[in-house]
Amino acid sequence: MTAIHTTPQRAGAMTHATRALLRNHIWLFLVLAIAVFSGATPYFLTTNNMGNILTQGAFIGILAIGMTLVILNGEIDLSVGANLALAGALAIGLQPAVGVWPAIGLAFLTSTALGVLNGLLVVFSGMHSFIVTLGGLIGIRGLVFVYTGENALMVEDFSYTELAEVYLGPLSLTAMIFLGLAAMFQWVLSSTRHGRETYSVGDNIEAAHDAGINIKRHKVINFGICGAMAGIAGILLSMRLGTAEPNAGRIWELWTIIAVVLGGTRLQGGYGSLWMTVGGVLTLAVLRNGLRLLNTPNYVELMVMGSVLILALGLNRLVEMREGAR
Amino acid sequence: MNQTVLSVSGITKTFPGVRALDDVSFDIRAGEVHALVGENGAGKSTLMKVLAGLYKPDSGEIVHRGEAVRLTSPLEARNRGILLIHQELSLSPELSAAENIYLGAWPTNRLGVLDKRKLRADAQAALDALGCDFGATARVGTLSIARQQMVEIARAQAFNANLVIFDEPTASLTEGEKVQLFQTIERLRAAGVGIVYISHKMDEIFEITDRITVLRDGAVQGTVETRDTGIAEITRMMIGRDLDSYFHRARADFGAETLRVEGLTKAGLFRDVSFSVREGEVLGLYGLVGAGRSEVVETIFGIRKPDAGRLFWRGEETAFPKPRKAIEIGMALVPESRKEQGLILGMGGRQNITLPHLRLFSRLRVMQERQERAVFDRYRERLSIKTTGPEQPVSLLSGGNQQKFVLAKWLCAEPKLVILDEPTRGIDVGSKSAIHELIAGLAEQGLAVIVISSEMPEVLGVSHRVLTMSEGRVAGEFSGDSMTEQNLIEAVSRQAPAAVESEVA
Amino acid sequence: MTINWRGLLQRHGLILAFGLFLAGVALGNDAFLTPGNILDVLRQVSITGLIALGVTFVVVTGRLDLSVGSMLTLLTVIVVDQHNTLGPGLAILCTLLAGLAIGAWNGLLVGYLGFNALIVTLAMLSLLNGVTLWYSGGSNVNVVGADQSWFGVFGRGSVAGIPVPVILFLGSAGAASFLLRRTVFGRSVYAVGGNQVTSVFSGIDARLTVFCAYLLSGLATALAAVVMGSRVMGAQNTIGQGYELTVLAGIILGGTSLMGGSGSIWRTVIGIAMLGFIQNGLLLMGFPYYVQWLVTWAIIIAAVWIDLAAKRGKVFA
Repeated sequence: MTAIHTTPQRAGAMTHATRALLRNHIWLFLVLAIAVFSGATPYFLTTNNMGNILTQGAFIGILAIGMTLVILNGEIDLSVGANLALAGALAIGLQPAVGVWPAIGLAFLTSTALGVLNGLLVVFSGMHSFIVTLGGLIGIRGLVFVYTGENALMVEDFSYTELAEVYLGPLSLTAMIFLGLAAMFQWVLSSTRHGRETYSVGDNIEAAHDAGINIKRHKVINFGICGAMAGIAGILLSMRLGTAEPNAGRIWELWTIIAVVLGGTRLQGGYGSLWMTVGGVLTLAVLRNGLRLLNTPNYVELMVMGSVLILALGLNRLVEMREGAR
Repeated sequence: MNQTVLSVSGITKTFPGVRALDDVSFDIRAGEVHALVGENGAGKSTLMKVLAGLYKPDSGEIVHRGEAVRLTSPLEARNRGILLIHQELSLSPELSAAENIYLGAWPTNRLGVLDKRKLRADAQAALDALGCDFGATARVGTLSIARQQMVEIARAQAFNANLVIFDEPTASLTEGEKVQLFQTIERLRAAGVGIVYISHKMDEIFEITDRITVLRDGAVQGTVETRDTGIAEITRMMIGRDLDSYFHRARADFGAETLRVEGLTKAGLFRDVSFSVREGEVLGLYGLVGAGRSEVVETIFGIRKPDAGRLFWRGEETAFPKPRKAIEIGMALVPESRKEQGLILGMGGRQNITLPHLRLFSRLRVMQERQERAVFDRYRERLSIKTTGPEQPVSLLSGGNQQKFVLAKWLCAEPKLVILDEPTRGIDVGSKSAIHELIAGLAEQGLAVIVISSEMPEVLGVSHRVLTMSEGRVAGEFSGDSMTEQNLIEAVSRQAPAAVESEVA
Repeated sequence: MTINWRGLLQRHGLILAFGLFLAGVALGNDAFLTPGNILDVLRQVSITGLIALGVTFVVVTGRLDLSVGSMLTLLTVIVVDQHNTLGPGLAILCTLLAGLAIGAWNGLLVGYLGFNALIVTLAMLSLLNGVTLWYSGGSNVNVVGADQSWFGVFGRGSVAGIPVPVILFLGSAGAASFLLRRTVFGRSVYAVGGNQVTSVFSGIDARLTVFCAYLLSGLATALAAVVMGSRVMGAQNTIGQGYELTVLAGIILGGTSLMGGSGSIWRTVIGIAMLGFIQNGLLLMGFPYYVQWLVTWAIIIAAVWIDLAAKRGKVFA
């Protein structure tokens, strides 16, 4: 019907292997980055440092899990950074009043609820999630400031910071939670009805609707999960630091989106996976860690990441063009 | 086997300004292939969407297997065993064939965990039953169009459908794939499924259908047994005799050649297309949707780049222009899709009209709104467009009035060649004849005109000469006495390669 | 003759709401709607506003520019640093050229190569932050001999009691409004945002139009950087952080749709001014500054929701 006629043979032009490689280019990036840094410094490829990388990447990583689900739906959540800060502030700030575990629970619930609120606003107003969550970003940060009175909150009982100090070999608890959640949600994506619906909704929303999938409920759940992930990341961050900065997580939403897109998940929805996101998160973490080990000034890190993202975008574009642009 | 699967009676459906279905009644029996034919805009797709639960009819009754039903959603239709196979497939490319077949009805345990084994086995069984040669785990995006279509048909098998509606199913299939599809349809018929088959291609209809129902202007013209009828009768029913009087053909008074193309080729879209058009001449371009007609004129206009070919503009060979250059030298293209290519819906009439000629309506790059309003007023009157004013967004107008704005937009700068791609699609009869008159008037002013249409009477009624296209090639050229319905239909519904040599029957 | 309340609310609901807010604060506080305070608010929003003028062009084409915040940082560092080596005149010229260059790069990637605008400008956000740190060596820069330089005029000066930044902002707004409303280019911007396919069929060079919109975004940010540098007489490496989102919030608040094809400069000016007056009003009422963020959240959601619902005819009907 439209003027742009898609060529009928989308497959076939490429061999299976090149397509698989192009679709998983993130792991190529990662291996390349690891190889380069391993050659450049002996301190890089050590068990300890690998553990460090995982821990450092885990916070963005946990946020990226929720973001991946939302992006697979064809939506976006800009409020995760602020939501993380709020969870951290509540987890620490509520402790004197209600105790450690209830505080953690309330922080988690609040973040989840704000995620659900984002989702409800998106599906019932018909506004684009970009606007809704941009509002959320500003407003939730406001909540954080109101709650903390713009001061950093300190834990009174430092045993709180030890909760996260559990190690399994070089793996910190934070890293384990990140990898565990990633594996769990990858399983959800690949093996449950909700997960498969996530792809269907992002891929061809009309087909999904015609097949009777409840799209509104579905999206709200994914926004809720995204909020919950922000809560978990925020709580873990507050344990690690022992403080809750009102400015914690600022522009982390942008880093999170970068990690997800770098991994290869399609921003328009319908295509991607948590393995890709883990690849994106690890690549960012390796770049950051490696460049720091090499004592490069931190501007190099920022420039490299920006360039890598544009490169990844170019690669994606190439894949799309070869597959017949959709 | 003569049980009725579904019967509709007195179905009426109106959209703002258009009565799409008018008191439609017909029935489908188990184990029959029932063709639904009619010209574009005759109401086929509306009827199909009513049957599939996508549209709610204003009035009328649907009886499915002896039970009066109200189909309010595609899901409900599917649950009752009614399945629509769209021209644009409703699949998720990233999911597997199995997941697509059972979309929205995946087998899960109580926690929502997929039973992948059962899903795969059931889907494979459905695919095997249709004789498909690919696995249920294949990602749909990697399958060919024909196989994707099979995935959709497998839904019919999987959900035990009793009524399957095919909408132009062979539009993008090769000959071999078509044979396979017909075998599949045969299997479904043998299993007692009722099948509605919508197509423009007469040879297919006479090959596989049992009965034919003809729609025109939203009303049923009659239902006939296929074996008792012929192409001529069906065509007559589709077109209606009285329509001849609607058309107004320009005097045949031709001047110099305005445009000539030779050997125009674009891989995958069209091949070796050559034709010319003279001042004062209306050239019709007839062919089915997807025959490459729009692509050819878009290439001439510079929207696409050709792989090969030559272009002569008013006697001189010219490089293929970009759209802006094409507009400057005096070409105008009224595109196929009003809403997607012709108009900016959020803008008012004034801004839409002057859009291709911003330079003409500006001085030192500053828009001259007074001139814009003047041309708006002139064309509002000349084409009798109903609008509240120059700033009213065109999205609020009826299809006919929108189309008039598209015409105004392309006529206001006095072009030498006007190409109209489906100029009357989806608009009411009154606006149609106004547009036909306008076309004749343009030719009589000495403009060269190319009209693309899938509506046979329109092409025959307004053109001096008709070129038929089929599968990207020119399939025949007709003028004078050879310009008959019969010849045109045969030219486009034959398979293309053979069609080129023997053009007149 | 009945008054079409729905149409009125739909078209001017925003201004009505804003008017109510102004009146409410003014009733409680005499110092609010005084000429002095109004000019003060305008001065405060002039930097955000200047950037928003440029970004409006990008948004009307249906694209985004998230790189303006870090672009502002970089350009402010450049103008301050070059002031110390080249003098104010050449420094400003350098800054404007640098802004155009960055805009051209964004425009190339988004307009000509068709990359996703959100991601490209996100990548540029990171990249430009890096360039800033590299350029400045990580330390803050300051204008040397601030007292003797006429550079201070852009941020601190005033003409006939009106601050120069306000003159710059409103003057640029007038120019931008003329460009968007009245010129061939402006018409192309609306057309590309309204329906890119139709634009191409109408002979408009959509890629060039998008490219130029990003150029304007870069240029506007460069102007803002000059004002910023001149006001602060120095630059930190985080000075522009978060501006990209504030600017977008202002544009959305003004009622310009992120889908492209609609909106206007005056809407942006109103949106940005609203942000300023909300902040100012809440401060005058004794609230800490961050309360404005909560109010902004609520207003964005309410404004956009009402706008959408009114278009679908679901409220007040």
